[in-house]
Amino acid sequence: MKPFSYARADSPEAAVAAIGATSSGGARFIAGGTNLLDLMKLQIEAPEALVDISRLDLAQVEEHDGGVRIGALVPNSDLAAHPLIRARYPMLARALLSGASAQLRNKATTGGNLLQRTRCYYFYDTAAPCNKRAPGTGCNAQGGFNRIHAVLGTSEHCIATHPSDMAVAMRALDAVVVTLQPGGDRRRIALADLYRLPGDTPQIETSLQPGELITHIELPAPPVGKQLYRKVRDRASYAFAVVSVAAAIAVEDGTISSARLAFGGLAPMPWRNAAVEAALIGQPAGTAAFEAAADALLKDARGQGHNDFKIPLMRRTLIAALRDLTEAAR
Amino acid sequence: MQFIINGAAYDADPDIRTSLLDLLRDHLGLTGTKKGCDHGQCGACTVLVGGRRINACLTLAVMHDGDTITTIEGLAEGDALHPMQAAFVKHDGFQCGYCTPGQIMSAVGMLDEVRAGMPSHVSASLDTIELSEDEISERMSGNLCRCSAYPNIVDAIAEVAGLAPADREVAGA
Repeated sequence: MKPFSYARADSPEAAVAAIGATSSGGARFIAGGTNLLDLMKLQIEAPEALVDISRLDLAQVEEHDGGVRIGALVPNSDLAAHPLIRARYPMLARALLSGASAQLRNKATTGGNLLQRTRCYYFYDTAAPCNKRAPGTGCNAQGGFNRIHAVLGTSEHCIATHPSDMAVAMRALDAVVVTLQPGGDRRRIALADLYRLPGDTPQIETSLQPGELITHIELPAPPVGKQLYRKVRDRASYAFAVVSVAAAIAVEDGTISSARLAFGGLAPMPWRNAAVEAALIGQPAGTAAFEAAADALLKDARGQGHNDFKIPLMRRTLIAALRDLTEAAR
Repeated sequence: MQFIINGAAYDADPDIRTSLLDLLRDHLGLTGTKKGCDHGQCGACTVLVGGRRINACLTLAVMHDGDTITTIEGLAEGDALHPMQAAFVKHDGFQCGYCTPGQIMSAVGMLDEVRAGMPSHVSASLDTIELSEDEISERMSGNLCRCSAYPNIVDAIAEVAGLAPADREVAGA
């Protein structure tokens, strides 16, 4: 690792002040560290300063305004096991449990999970060009090995996927990220607005400002109906999603009355498309609606060669998930 | 920095970049904890911090100043092996042995998670957790064994967990 300075913050306000004091923008918050330290060992990230936020008092899950408020430092394993999450947001518990290993889930935090970087092979290979790691150098994933890459939301500059399972469920659940800004102001950002598509600046992945600290994630009251997280991966455990879907579906008298869906493995951010939900709501719960939803999701999907299979795989995964969720009601 | 490791206090002043794993091995002489991949993928470096299993390679020593840590050296009481160690010997739960300290520490931490009622990816219900061979395999997936001693590792853990042999045959068939 490159040398860096280290300071432990004793309050969120002190943390953002400490980050602000290193004006060059080369400072990072560190909490669980499971992604950041990996990247620092490889010198993909080389911050000049680390501000340790791991001991801040931000590790509670509490009822809030009909939903829940999750401290940014709640470990992934604790969040998955929390009684409120298990009872009301089972898709989130399932998404968390499908990610990483138990050791990593014990360390990785809720805020850090949202901000983890892509696992694109070329992003990790410091000998290769990568517009995300070294802006302007190019993208070897296009025309290269791109089996794990995105089919939606890409640009000519970057086709990397966002790797989180947790964030996919949170997108379907309409999560809101609460931050503390360096000036001391708080900000609420819908998860949909936290992430940015790559465009011509794939190195800018979120709408967070330099030094802005995620303190909480809020989930509104859970959606009606049954919930599910279905993940397809290359081995049975401890692997990133090839494709995944988080869904909550309600059926009344055979008709779909409510639908919320988000998708992983497809795009540079946890993906949601209102047209998918519109294709389902008000329709009889059956194959015609499920296929229409898949058509809406994948209308603009474009493979790069090795990842072409993701498009039919996502179609089948979505239809199977919708069948499972509506089986008893059909 | 000070650490409480296996019940004893250790002082150290390593470079700020030192991982908890390198602190244990290179600064404190506790070489039972192994370095495999050094990137959190293999689990050979698994230790308990505050009773929870983590990858010692993916955390900085300085972030654990004052913490209570248990390594493989802290399990046995004198010459009396910890039940998990004894079960690994009995069931031949290793071949080369390099991953074994991590496997054992992970298994000890894992059974505490099961006792606390924490669900896993393969739990049919998020509320009622029933340990099985499938549960053990899923919960131990962060520990790789290149010799592929997995069946015997699962047997060793299953015995310590008190799984009836019949349950194990059904799940492993």
